[in-house]
Amino acid sequence: MAKQALEGVKVVEFTWVIVGPAIGRELASHGATVVRVECHRRPDMLRTAMPFKDGITDINHGAFGMFYHTNKKSISLDLNMPKGQEVARRLVAWADVVIESMTPGSMAALGLDYKGCKKIKPDIIYCSTTQMGQTGPLARFGGFGAAGAAYAGFSHLTGWPDRDPLPLLNNQPDHIAPYLTAGTIIGALLYRRKTGKGMYLDNSQLESAVGFLAPVILDYMVNGHIACRKGNRDPYMAPHGVYPCRGADRWVAIAISNEEEWEGLCCVMGNPEWTREPKFSTVLGRKENEEELDRLIGDWTKDYTAEQIMAMTQDAGVPCGVVQNAEDLFSDPQLKHRQHLRFLEQKVIGRMAFEAPAYHLSKTPNHIWKAAPCLGEDNEYVYKEILGYSEDEIADLLAEGVITTETDVPSVLTF
Amino acid sequence: MANQQESLLSGYRVLDLTDEKGLLCGKLLGDLGADVIKIEPPGGDAARNIGPFYKDIPHPEKSLFWFFTNLNKRGITLDIETPDGKEIFKRLVRGADFVIESFEPGYMGSLSLGYEELEKVNPRIIMTSITPFGQGGPYAHYKASDLVVEAMGGLVRMFGELDRPPNRIGAPQVYFLGGLHGFTGSMLAHYHREMTGEGQHVGVSCQQAVALATPPVIVVQDIMGFSFRGLGSSSIYPRAAPHEMLMLRLHYRCKDGHVFAPLLGGAQAGMVKSTRTVVEKANREGMMLELKDYDWKAHDTSTIPKERYDRLQELWQEYLLTKTKAELLKWAAEEEVLILPVSDAKDTVESPQLAAREFWVEVEHPELGEAITYPGWPIKMSGLPPYQPQRRAPLIGEHNKEIYEGELSLSKEQLAILKAHGVI
Repeated sequence: MAKQALEGVKVVEFTWVIVGPAIGRELASHGATVVRVECHRRPDMLRTAMPFKDGITDINHGAFGMFYHTNKKSISLDLNMPKGQEVARRLVAWADVVIESMTPGSMAALGLDYKGCKKIKPDIIYCSTTQMGQTGPLARFGGFGAAGAAYAGFSHLTGWPDRDPLPLLNNQPDHIAPYLTAGTIIGALLYRRKTGKGMYLDNSQLESAVGFLAPVILDYMVNGHIACRKGNRDPYMAPHGVYPCRGADRWVAIAISNEEEWEGLCCVMGNPEWTREPKFSTVLGRKENEEELDRLIGDWTKDYTAEQIMAMTQDAGVPCGVVQNAEDLFSDPQLKHRQHLRFLEQKVIGRMAFEAPAYHLSKTPNHIWKAAPCLGEDNEYVYKEILGYSEDEIADLLAEGVITTETDVPSVLTF
Repeated sequence: MANQQESLLSGYRVLDLTDEKGLLCGKLLGDLGADVIKIEPPGGDAARNIGPFYKDIPHPEKSLFWFFTNLNKRGITLDIETPDGKEIFKRLVRGADFVIESFEPGYMGSLSLGYEELEKVNPRIIMTSITPFGQGGPYAHYKASDLVVEAMGGLVRMFGELDRPPNRIGAPQVYFLGGLHGFTGSMLAHYHREMTGEGQHVGVSCQQAVALATPPVIVVQDIMGFSFRGLGSSSIYPRAAPHEMLMLRLHYRCKDGHVFAPLLGGAQAGMVKSTRTVVEKANREGMMLELKDYDWKAHDTSTIPKERYDRLQELWQEYLLTKTKAELLKWAAEEEVLILPVSDAKDTVESPQLAAREFWVEVEHPELGEAITYPGWPIKMSGLPPYQPQRRAPLIGEHNKEIYEGELSLSKEQLAILKAHGVI
């Protein structure tokens, strides 16, 4: 096995749901040792959310709660007990990096905020990530990513002008903040190496997302324009849209950015007469008659499968792609070539699909070897090998319920 | 190093050859203090033609897209296809730490400037390549655009109305996601380089970056065999028999727009508290009275009869229609109500949260005679000065003299020859 970029880097995670876990996953995919602190009495909400393997609703059958934890080690520990906090302090003393994504104030109440951890380890890199950041009037807002997507400005721009804005069911900000933050944590590690100084990082997921709307924001700042949703139209390109194909709910995306691509598309369509009409032979004409243009292209695409359209048009140098659904992602030959999905044996769930990073490092490739752990799966290794507790001490911690083993909370998240 | 303020990448140099597809990567490295030199073909980069434009004037020095994605960079022009251009580029590589490019896979190699060649010039160099589908594989040379890659990555299928084609996110995201993952990959390679002295090649796939932004699509397909799709303002909530499928509305109308306000209760104390607070307010205003004694803790979307939930959503909508976005935002800030406005650009700019965090930064544009306010850096870092861009995006060839004469010691005569030959 090739060397891993972050070999030797030690991370402890007090995280839940998506963003905090995704930061740790990125580091764990490249060799960092990541220990995740969990508790049966207050399990990660995502562990109690759908989908459940075989419909069995318990925390170790919840697959979404596994998704962001490849390569990590999970321990169960009740942080609300003083002894639990003591164990956590030993973990902090071991770690280079702490990542937490709890509501602002929660870690301070446990004595495990940056101030507390700095006392234990003066050069700790401590990263907090929350929807809104640690300060400001909305700091304690406890909503999820789709709320942040709406508030950042994504939803208003998504959908059709004659309909309500569409919610971003993917929770868009959740997929921006982790990668920015992971990269910055790595920078902080090197900064510590150079200066000996640790650092506190306060990430706002909202702010991470607003940067991804910068052109729209600047258009308002500078020009006073307030952009609105416009279906799949692009301000500069035509045709630019999603067109129906043969089969149920099958679609193809086509985006023409210059004359050459337009001619390529016309050629693939068999140069129908309408393409030579003045209203479609110039880009200004196509833009002005976009509705009719979209209809005509849709009349052509609907007789072919999305895959056929993509193959034909790409052959002619036309930017075009299948609107891939979940099933398509599992069979996409390009994603296979990139080894995007990694199938690993999860202890309870069995073979399960996990995701790999979007970048490949030529000399220190990612190595994703361990399926996400069940809650507390790595207790023995972490308590013994990392923290150096004896058998007797561990037995005491178990007997006192500091190391948790059972949950009495409902195993399915109701909402 | 080019008067950057002290930050995590102070003292490191980035050569940025990217276009639209990778510009964000260098911008992020520059935000962390790296000295980023944007290398454009003579005449300027095509990304300068991407709108919106300053005062709506379509001009290569007035693209707001360019302004943002090249903040903190210096700029030179260089035709790397010419023999002189190649030589100059290699000289720059000797003194650089990162090279970022977004050409078609194989292009740099065809100029003898691929990673294998650059590694010989500077074994510490990190070369990051950002392309729609990655460096290899059956689609590596496919033509792409934001819409096409968003579709291929599975994101477009997540949004849409039942009676219309699926929708992309209304502001281009794909190449920003590619640049973002290029940043993370570059930082990992940087760590390895600092520890071992060894550089490497980082190959980014924007399609993968998009796929990573599609949860829960992959896990739901894997475990339930259910292909997730967009359903207008609602999220689908499949339920076990005998319960009918629910449409769980996420967006509601309010007096002056829309809000994100799913009607929730159940196991999450925060949700129960939020919903109870809103219902109590409504009751005081004579609305939602039939829900006066509703037990929100016992509320469970997995079992509630569909007609009952639809009625709840109807009442919820009626009440929210009497409130403005600003009123509801105030409740979110002061009473932990889990409702947020669906912001337009103006709302985002005027957000009290972003103002309180001092998120926005002003950058002088002397030739425009004004300062422009930009989104800032979303991570506050203790012990470092607050984020402040050190320079606006470069004009075409703005730093040619500084770099070519000042650093590479080319003479004025040599520069004139290079100019005459279209190299710079």
